[in-house]
This record gives sequence, C-alpha cells and structure tokens, in this order.
Amino acid sequence: MAAVQETVEQVRRIDVEQYKYGFVTDIESEKAPKGLSEDIVRFISAKKNEPAWMLDWRLDAYRRWLTMREPEWARVSYPKIDYQDLYYYSAPKKKPELASLDEVDPEILKTYEKLGIPLREQELLAGVVRPEGERRIAVDAVFDSVSVATTFQKELQEAGVIFMPISEALREYPDLVRKYLGSVVPTSDNYFATLNSAVFSDGSFVYVPPGVRCPMELSTYFRINERNTGQFERTLIIADKGSYVSYLEGCTAPQRDENQLHAAVVELVAMDDAEIKYSTVQNWYPGNADGVGGIYNFVTKRGDCRGDNSKISWTQVETGSAITWKYPSCILRGDNSSGEFYSIAISNGHQQVDSGTKMIHLGKNTSSRIISKGIAAGVSQNTYRGQVTAHRKAAGARNFTACDSLLIGDMCGAHTVPYIEARNPTAVFEHEATTSKISEDVLFYCIQRGLSQEEAVGLVVNGFVKDVLQQLPMEFAVEAQKLISISLEGSVG
Amino acid sequence: MTALLEIRDLRAEIGGRKILNGLDLTVNKGEIHAIMGPNGAGKSTLSYVLAGKPGYEITGGQVLFNGEDLFEMSPDERAAKGVFLAFQYPLEIPGVATLTFLRAALNAQRKKRGEEELSSPDLLKRVRELAKKLGIDPEMLRRPLNVGFSGGEKKRNETLQMALLEPRLCVLDETDSGLDIDALKVVANGVNQLRSAERGMIVITHYQRLLDYIVPDVVHVLAAGRIVETGGKDLALQLEATGYAQYQNEAA
Repeated sequence: MAAVQETVEQVRRIDVEQYKYGFVTDIESEKAPKGLSEDIVRFISAKKNEPAWMLDWRLDAYRRWLTMREPEWARVSYPKIDYQDLYYYSAPKKKPELASLDEVDPEILKTYEKLGIPLREQELLAGVVRPEGERRIAVDAVFDSVSVATTFQKELQEAGVIFMPISEALREYPDLVRKYLGSVVPTSDNYFATLNSAVFSDGSFVYVPPGVRCPMELSTYFRINERNTGQFERTLIIADKGSYVSYLEGCTAPQRDENQLHAAVVELVAMDDAEIKYSTVQNWYPGNADGVGGIYNFVTKRGDCRGDNSKISWTQVETGSAITWKYPSCILRGDNSSGEFYSIAISNGHQQVDSGTKMIHLGKNTSSRIISKGIAAGVSQNTYRGQVTAHRKAAGARNFTACDSLLIGDMCGAHTVPYIEARNPTAVFEHEATTSKISEDVLFYCIQRGLSQEEAVGLVVNGFVKDVLQQLPMEFAVEAQKLISISLEGSVG
Repeated sequence: MTALLEIRDLRAEIGGRKILNGLDLTVNKGEIHAIMGPNGAGKSTLSYVLAGKPGYEITGGQVLFNGEDLFEMSPDERAAKGVFLAFQYPLEIPGVATLTFLRAALNAQRKKRGEEELSSPDLLKRVRELAKKLGIDPEMLRRPLNVGFSGGEKKRNETLQMALLEPRLCVLDETDSGLDIDALKVVANGVNQLRSAERGMIVITHYQRLLDYIVPDVVHVLAAGRIVETGGKDLALQLEATGYAQYQNEAA
C-alpha cells in the first residue's frame, strides 16, 4: 500500500479512544431548567448576584438575539441547533465561592489533575530551569458554567494584577468591568456573541495596571462536563498603559454522542504602549470516526489596540472540535499599534474548520502580520478566512499574510478565502498562499531512515508549523507539538 | 559464510512495466560493488526495491539480507537492520533542522532495535565529530534538511547520515549526479572513510568517473533489468571507451 494511502486508511479508522480527555467526571451539578427564555437569563444573573445594570445588559442582548439569524456564510455544515434543547447553566453542586483550593470538590481537582493542569499551587516546569528564575503559571479553572478555582491570587494582587472569575469581578470591580465589557465585542456583534452576552455564566477577568509587567503567565482552563450543556464563557483582559500580560487558554470536553455548543467571547483591550499575548491550545472533543458528537465551537475573539504603540498577538493551535468557527481579530486603532495572528489549525476525521482573522487598520502606521498553517487530513474541510482592511486615515498601514495549507490524503479539502481592502493609498498589503500535499517521496525518505509512518508524518507536519510553534510560550510549544502528532496519528495503537 | 546480500532471479515491475527481469547479485561484507548501465536499465529501481519504496511490485525471485528474507521486512525495519539508501535526489523537509532529522532517524532505529535512545547532548557531540571528519560545516546542522542546499551539500549530508546511522549495506544511487569534480572528491572521500570489513556497498552510477574515487572490488553491467556482465574495476574503464550500445543490443 502506498505510504500516503496507508495514512489515509489509518486516519479513517480514527477512533474515540484516541481522545484521551474524553472521560466524564461524576459529580452532582445544579442546573437551570433546559431551554432559553428571559427567565433563564434572570436565573443566571441572580445566581451570580449581579448588579441590576448587568441584568439589563443581558436582557437587552437576549431580546436582540431573538431578532437575529444564525450566520450561514462559513464553509461548515451541521444540523440545525435547537437552542431550547440545551442547558444554559450548570454548576458543580458545592458552593462555588471558596476560600481556598482545599474546598474545591476533590473530584474536580482530580479531573484537572488527569488533564495535567496544575491547579495546586505548584511549579509547572519540571526540569526546565530558566535563568531569570522560577516560572509559574496562575490558573483559573472553569468547569461547565462556573469558575472553580483560581491560583496564585495573592501574588498577583501584590503586583496589582487582577485575575479572577468574571462573575467575581462583576461584584468586586463593577465599574471596571462595566467600563470595558462589550466595548470590543458589542452585544449586537453577531449571533453567537449576542447569545453569549445574554447567558454567559463565567470566564476570566484580567486587569493589569499601568506599567506592570505581569509576573507570571495567566491561564484559564475550560472544561465542559455536563451533557447537553452549552458553555458560554466570557473573557475580558485589559492591559493598561505600558503593561504586559501573557495569557493562555486550554480546552477539553468529554466524549459525548450529542454535539455540545461552545460559544465564547474574548475581549482584549491594550492601552498605550501595552502588550497582550494571547495563546490558545484548543482540544475540544472532535467527534468520533463517523463524525458523531463533538463540540460546536463558535467563538468571537477580538482585541482592541486602543492606545498608541500597543500590541496584541494571537497564537492558536486548534486541533479539536467538530466545527470551528473562529476569527481572533485585531482592531488597530492606536497609531503605530500592531497586531499578530499565528495559527495552526488541524482537521482530521470529519472535522470542519473555518477559521482565520481580521486585521482592521484604523490608526496611522499600524502593522499586522498573519501566519496561518492549515493541515487537513481524513475527510475534513479546512478553511482559512481572513480580512485585512485599511481605513481612510490608516496612512502607512502594513500587512503581511502567509497562508499555507498542507493536505494529507486525497479526501480532505483546504480553502483560502482572503478579503483585502485598502482605502488609503499608502497602505502596503502582502498576501502569500501555498497549498501542498504531503509528498510520498518525502515520507519514503524519512521511512528509509528508520522512521515509522506516523513518525514521518509527525516530523514533516511539525516542520510545516514550526514558525507558529515558536510563538507559543516554551512549555506550551512542547505540549502543542505532542498534541499535533496525536491528532494526526489516527493510527498508533 | 552468509553473504550480506543475496539477490536471486529478482523480477519487479512498476505500473505493469517490467523493469527487473531476473537479476542475480551477491555482495559480501567488506565488498564494494559498482553497478553501471545505460539509462532505463533498472539501476534506480534496484535501489528502490531493496529499500522498499511503495509502488514497486515484486513479481519473482528472492532477496536475502544477512540470510533473512528482505521482503518480509517493512521499509523502516530494513533501515533499522542496516539497509541505507543514499538518494540520487535527497528530499527537502522545510522547518526540520538537519540535526532534528538526524536525531529522529537515529533514535527511531535504536528504538526498533531495542536500544536506548541517544540523548541530545551525546547526539550533538557525535554528529559534530562526524561532520568534522567528513569536512561538513556544522552550520549545516541547523539548517532545514536539504532546503536550499547545493547539490554537493545534499550529497555530503547523505554521507553524514550514513556515517551516523552506521548501516550494514549502503546503496549509493547515482551519488555523482549533479556534482562538479571538487564536490565529487569530497563526497567520495566521505564514502571511502566509511569502507569497512563489516559493511558492503553497492555504488550505482552511469559514469566511470565516480569509480576513480570510490574504487570498487567488482563491476557489474546492468542492462534491461539483468546483470549482463561482471568484471573487475577494469571493466568500468573499458565501458568508458565502448559505451553501453553493445549491451542494449544484446538485451533487445
């Protein structure tokens, strides 16, 4: 059998056993009744003891949502979602507000341990010594609809950094949240973002005060556990003048035959001279060999380079989800601000990916850079959709875009859909795109040197995505590299 | 004594086209065999069939490697057991540093043989020593494998891989193609350093020139998928004068 053909066969046999995060945690949960209505929105808001303005904000979003239609322009197809057949709120039954980690349900801690998430305040880095000293990561863990634990609170507080569940921030720092919430992704933005605005139950809130360099990586770990439960988290990160923060997001879910909906919103605000680095390793359950089950991932992520000389950088490694609909974007409002988007999107089996970015150049001398690596295997469809625009006043705007697609086998598809629009004559936009197939000759060359089929594919793919992997914080780059090999195996075992 | 490689009446085709038509060849440890022949005689096919490239169908005959049936082994097993093919056109792998590739290859082989993997510092040390011995700029180790390499660099890189992997049988497929005389000398010098009483080599070439630098023990002429003449190194010189026309007629 020809080498590539063999890979295709193996990929076709991809089985659920491979998704090692597919276990279910047996824990009692408290749920809102199924379905969506004003009452449910009120229920969620009441659960969170939210101020009245927040409830109004949600209701306003809900009413708007009722008038909107689900977008159909993406290159993905799925059966119609019955929004009345979902739970919009699910929380582990223990009281979510905890004084310390010791009060977290041990079952939940076990779940995160199994996932390799260092919830306990311990050093993440075993064996890697960094010259500038210890490197630790503060974690906020979101279990279904609520945040269950946030680590390193005290140390962060000393640095003046606020890192807490957004539900808590709404109570403790209502003015701060009110000032920024919805200022990047307004409640009217799009169908899924509007839905999120109405029903989001938790997520992370970060505020880095002026001139502060956040002393550690911040990280949120999202886990969907309950059946038929949508996860609608909301993340809001504000980097005030001259500050810096690096934030990481990881996601997994159990294997379920039904599809689960994940509609998150992430808003980033960078003021003058501030920098935000946002990295995602998304590994939601992708569904089984026949395309049954898996997460529908409809996510709105947007960063606003509000201040001059600000910078926002998105790095994403997308390997999971049955459907990915996601376009982390940058609004380059401040003069000399810059946006970056580095992406690895892998689709295998029956996965459908429609992902990319938007770089909206508004300020003078703004620059953006897009490096997208799409890898399609199995019978998957992988689309890069990107928009680069320079508005009238964006003199000297610059963009460089490189979209590379790699096909494994001959039953998958890779598509590139760039939208480029310059309304200022001094804007310089460059766009490069390539599509290639993983060549049998290259695989044979590797195999002749002793590598197995999978090792050869893994090596070639890791070479293909190297430019993007380099953008991830080191320890996550290693994890991502492994994840890439695993998601393409479909074979080992 | 068991021969290192014993090919008996080998027949192979690709896409229904018969390429090898009853080839016999025996290579013992320590010997270098040159295989010369006109274009289309089946030289490259022989090397691919030995290495196990997909797409070739074996329609008859047998190949024993150290007494074992070669066709019972998968291509990566063959590599781990010591079959090495120096490619006529080594392939490029963007984004994968040469050193990374060397480590992946060596450790994959060691793992298959049940040996412990070599640590990165040990590997680096070893590769550097070999590179120095073969006259290879260590800078090459950091560059993506074969990407933007000159013809000479690619072939030197093949030699480096061979030196690191320490195969039992080396098949050099048209190693001289695309090389100027200086590059040829460097590569040949590398190959000569790898001559050993434990190792056999098959040097496939169209031209006698390479054999001035890698001096073979035996020279074979391959035409229409069979060995049609076997002799000493003088045979190569003789061919240089007469060309392959006589064999082509014979084969037809």
